[in-house]
Amino acid sequence: MSETTFDGKFGDYGGQYVPEALMPAIEELNDAYQRYVLENEDGFMDEFRRRLRDFGGRPTPTQHAERLSERYGCEVYLKREDLLHGGAHKLNNALGQVLLAKYMGKERIVAETGAGQHGTATAMAAAHLDMPCEVYMGERDINRQRPNVFRMRLNGSEVNPVTVGRGTLKEAISETMRDWATNVENTHYVIGSVVGPHPFPAMVRDFQSVISEEARAQMREKTDGLPDAVLACAGGGSNTMGAFAEFVDDEGVGLYAVEAGGSSLDVDEEAGVAPNSASLSTGSEGVLHGARTKLLQDGDGQIMESHSVSSGLDYAGVGPELAHLVDEGRVTAVNVDDDAALTAFHRLSQLEGVIPALETAHAFAYLEEHADELGETVLVNVSGRGDKDLESVIEETSKRDIDIAPDMDAFAGGF
Amino acid sequence: MGNPALDAAFEGGAAFVPYLAAGDPDFDSSVEYVEALERGGADVIELGLPFSEPIAEGPTIQNAVVRSLEGGMTPDRFFEFVEALDVDVPLVCMTYYNLIYRYGAEEGPRPFVEKAAEVGLSGFVVPDLPAEEADPLREACDEFGLDLVFIVAPTTTGDRLDRIMDRVSGYVYVQARLGVTGAQDDVSGQTASSLDRLSEYDVPKAVGFGIKTGDHAERIVAGGADGIIVGSALVDIVAEGHENGDDVGAVASRLEEKARELKQGAERGFAQRAPEAERT
Repeated sequence: MSETTFDGKFGDYGGQYVPEALMPAIEELNDAYQRYVLENEDGFMDEFRRRLRDFGGRPTPTQHAERLSERYGCEVYLKREDLLHGGAHKLNNALGQVLLAKYMGKERIVAETGAGQHGTATAMAAAHLDMPCEVYMGERDINRQRPNVFRMRLNGSEVNPVTVGRGTLKEAISETMRDWATNVENTHYVIGSVVGPHPFPAMVRDFQSVISEEARAQMREKTDGLPDAVLACAGGGSNTMGAFAEFVDDEGVGLYAVEAGGSSLDVDEEAGVAPNSASLSTGSEGVLHGARTKLLQDGDGQIMESHSVSSGLDYAGVGPELAHLVDEGRVTAVNVDDDAALTAFHRLSQLEGVIPALETAHAFAYLEEHADELGETVLVNVSGRGDKDLESVIEETSKRDIDIAPDMDAFAGGF
Repeated sequence: MGNPALDAAFEGGAAFVPYLAAGDPDFDSSVEYVEALERGGADVIELGLPFSEPIAEGPTIQNAVVRSLEGGMTPDRFFEFVEALDVDVPLVCMTYYNLIYRYGAEEGPRPFVEKAAEVGLSGFVVPDLPAEEADPLREACDEFGLDLVFIVAPTTTGDRLDRIMDRVSGYVYVQARLGVTGAQDDVSGQTASSLDRLSEYDVPKAVGFGIKTGDHAERIVAGGADGIIVGSALVDIVAEGHENGDDVGAVASRLEEKARELKQGAERGFAQRAPEAERT
């Protein structure tokens, strides 16, 4: 565990900035986090680990990527979170929180989702543990991510469209907080990333740190050492913190959080729009959705609409611990643009037979551009698989000239 | 700690505290609407400075926030708005912490509070700032003589109540029910128990969330509240007038009339309490 906080602060970041009605629930959750997660009361963590193994399919492998290694002249390893049940790292956290809600005696689950991976994981965990679940999702994201919407419904969850604002993750989080404030006495809000009020950032990191715990042991086994660099894409930052947590104390391991540079790093303050989702690289300190952290905001403190080709990274904030680690110089925040991410999506699919989530593709785009600076051994966290993104990829690729992509006209007009 | 203007506003025991989002739907109309509330009997006015992510608000006020932001409302425009108002009652700024925190060149809430004092505001309500995170704002309010109002929810008990009451001044905002803002068809049954829990604390108790009619106001004040806070029922009048393209003067008249209904309801409620007050 990289850092266990009891006051919810990571340097100046973190804290608890929520409506008063939620504070007692947050105190109750904090108490449950201390007892069940940190102290394993009633064998909670044992049950969590067992279910992660039997239901989730852990451990996921760390795979040597032969063709990428050849291409970049270094040894590239892939932590295959795409092979976790549901197809993304999100299940680690969703299963942990739904199980915790059960231990706390809650009767109902609400969650928000952007790309739909967290909603899907929560719906699966809720079905597995027999808890009613409602998921809030921006209308725009519902249109971008139909397969995941269908998966949530198949698992018995309600999907509530959010139409305010631009209809993306930011609005879905606000709407889920409203539901929680109304039904706080019997409901647990499964936040999908290392964001929100304490204890969520620390608790979600702990549930996700199984990624780096396994990867660290697997790298030792395969290479007799630790990687020189770990790369993970960063939106809210849950797979990032999961992949980094157990390496934070290993000073020889470089940690790279790869953000969505979108179409540009410039912002249009007048229109309140950032054409990227790179809050670590370009954001400023502020308070949003329960925590003080780095945000995309205008000079007045109004939150900007963010952008990424990947709806899973399309969020104007980032986890407070990650913001702190970047300020401390322990984590390097970098970014790549939409075009590079899409190209990397096709490259990984062709070279390794792994179709990555568009989120994950950002990490591979950074590898393509900076492989010679990262050292001899590089570990990339494959945070999820790309099936959910195929419609977006077809649409976005056909707008661009990506020479390694297959002929996109064939997808539109038959084969 | 505290501001004499707000103390005075609650002396009568039946204060009417209306809320409108400043600049909804535009600057000039909104000035007239706020002034109409005073004519209708407002004792304190809560003015919303819109934030793009109003997590404690229901649909009515969310939509008001969107209208106001689209109309160009910013923190600086908000301060101009306060200066443009011709009202004598104390004004309380209701906004989210990020706007307070980000204002001015210096980090933290002090520049915002200094400016608020300069334009004549009396205090703040900040729905996403719990007592645990409030000390920097409390200190700035003390420095400039402004009040910091806290919300007490039906779920707030024990240590949390003490923590809030250590920091509150002006009045305490008693949230009548769980959930987000929005007008309701009846008075929440949770109000009485919330007022009971607060009875030992010597600060005016104003009840909000869901109050819509003079009858609601009457029952809540009769039940022991020192004031009522009404937002969505008034914002609905602004929204309807805007959607129908009504004349600003006509909308202002309807707001004044609604304000009078609510104020008179509060006074009737207080009259019912008077014999009890005389006995004690």
